[in-house]
Amino acid sequence: MTALLEVEDLKVAYGKIEAVKGISFSVEAGQVVTLIGTNGAGKTTTLRTLSGLLKPLSGSITFDGKPLRKYRADQIVALGLAHSPEGRHIFPRMTIEDNLRLGAYLRDDKEDILKDIQAAYDLFPILGERRKQAAGTLSGGEQQMLAMGRAMMCRPKLLMLDEPSMGLSPIMMQKIMETIVELKSRGTTILLVEQNAQAALSLADQGHVMEVGNIVLSGTGQDLLHDESVRKAYLGED
Amino acid sequence: MNELPQQLANGLILGAMYGLIAVGYTMVYGIVQLINFAHGEIFMIGGFGALTIHLWFPDAPLLALIPLMIVFAVICSVAVGAAAERFAYRPLRGAPRLAPLITAIGLSLVLQQAIWKWYPDATKDQPFPQFEGDPLSFLGADIKVNSLFILIAAPICMIALGYFVNKTRAGRGMQATAQDPDTAKLMGVNTDRIIVMAFAIGAAFAAIAAVGYGLHQGQVGYLMGLIMGLKAFTAAVLGGIGNIYGAMLGGIVLGLAEALATGYMADVPGMDLFGGGAWKDVWAFVLLIVVLLVRPQGLLGERVADRA
Ligand SMILES: Nc1ncnc2c1ncn2[C@@H]1O[C@H](COP(=O)(O)OP(=O)(O)O)[C@@H](O)[C@H]1O
Ligand SMILES: [Mg+2]
Repeated sequence: MTALLEVEDLKVAYGKIEAVKGISFSVEAGQVVTLIGTNGAGKTTTLRTLSGLLKPLSGSITFDGKPLRKYRADQIVALGLAHSPEGRHIFPRMTIEDNLRLGAYLRDDKEDILKDIQAAYDLFPILGERRKQAAGTLSGGEQQMLAMGRAMMCRPKLLMLDEPSMGLSPIMMQKIMETIVELKSRGTTILLVEQNAQAALSLADQGHVMEVGNIVLSGTGQDLLHDESVRKAYLGED
Repeated sequence: MNELPQQLANGLILGAMYGLIAVGYTMVYGIVQLINFAHGEIFMIGGFGALTIHLWFPDAPLLALIPLMIVFAVICSVAVGAAAERFAYRPLRGAPRLAPLITAIGLSLVLQQAIWKWYPDATKDQPFPQFEGDPLSFLGADIKVNSLFILIAAPICMIALGYFVNKTRAGRGMQATAQDPDTAKLMGVNTDRIIVMAFAIGAAFAAIAAVGYGLHQGQVGYLMGLIMGLKAFTAAVLGGIGNIYGAMLGGIVLGLAEALATGYMADVPGMDLFGGGAWKDVWAFVLLIVVLLVRPQGLLGERVADRA
């Protein structure tokens, strides 16, 4: 079986500075794959390249059998690749409901969109309670829920989450991680970028460790969780 | 003639014109943070587009010709506006802010000179076809039939724009692009298309304003975009740049202020030297400065801190 997402020897640069230096990995349908690594490792750059916001220097990206480098960002969404960006980037002056609607921008099935909005409210009841409120009034954790709910609104084949737990309280972080487990159990394929390596590896099928633009270690979530060097570098153990 | 209702009517007519043109500045600025200084000339091109139809059919009754004049004015302005975006501004996206600004000023001179050189007799102001008919009396003001056009067109345009922005998919895509272009792309919005659309809508409104201008003033000229563009830009800033309703409000406030200053400033003790039409532009800018001192974000604008 070929993978849903296949990244081969991907290189991305900002001007002359190479931020991603030739990485390869794949994501099978139904899997949760995580990229972990310290700040500046190139994780966000990788995701922004996959979703077409950045143009790579070289390498190939195949998603659902299609060469993504030939597509614009909005066309990539149409292919079924959703991206919940780092820092959440909800539309602060729009209502929560309008944010969710924008997630379904390319869809024409009005009734199903309403059902999916309701599904997002079922998953995150707080969003439903505040549906008519400007999204900018939500707390950080609630904004993260909205960003995730919004990304799900295009019914993606692959959901990319960039640091969903960033800046959240431990309780909120817990809640977000539980939601990812819930989405996984529903069969959603997820590419998860996290600095919270412990949480990410615990729920991932596959993990890759990035350091300054390279993948330096790969394995199952459990393998990496018990790997000595990973424990030292990312899980704060001596 | 100096009665208050008359001054208000004059101000409203002028203000509606400023407001319609200001929409183009504000939409483009709201989405690409570019001040399209060629917008005044895109307005002017619309005036000549409308005039061209009249010159082609000089004997046709004006009422029958007006729809065609509007359509052709819009086609000319939109063509120039969209071409400017595609070939002048888009290649400069991501360049330092000064580059597109200078390009806009250059483009504006090119358009003026092109009309001056190639449009028959455009070195002088050209008479614009006029409706026959007595002025209408309304609440103590006399309104020329030729000035009615802008008073009818402006509200129709604004209602249509409000519908487009709030109720259509492309309109929501436009709002998203204005707030956060990269994230809009992640929602599936083709932002390049949205940007062209913003230029096109602005150009179409400017063209309609130009038809109104031609009827109201009785003439069009290759320099008509200069002062009107500057005033409309002022109106956009006054109303809160980026806000479409602010653009219309700013236009009307500016138009009224000019008319009132023209009519009454000379009556204010000590100000007798500063009244009359000659000083109205000065008062327009004084108003702008005062409003910006009190409300830097403009009448309906949001504080920059709110725009994530
Ligand atoms: N817009 C940018 N311009 C220039 N360099 C950037 C930009 N964004 C990120 N970088 C650099 O690219 C490298 C990778 O950054 P990033 O992908 O954000 O890492 P991560 O998400 O793993 O923290 C870093 O060295 C960062 O400084
Ligand atoms: Mg990052």
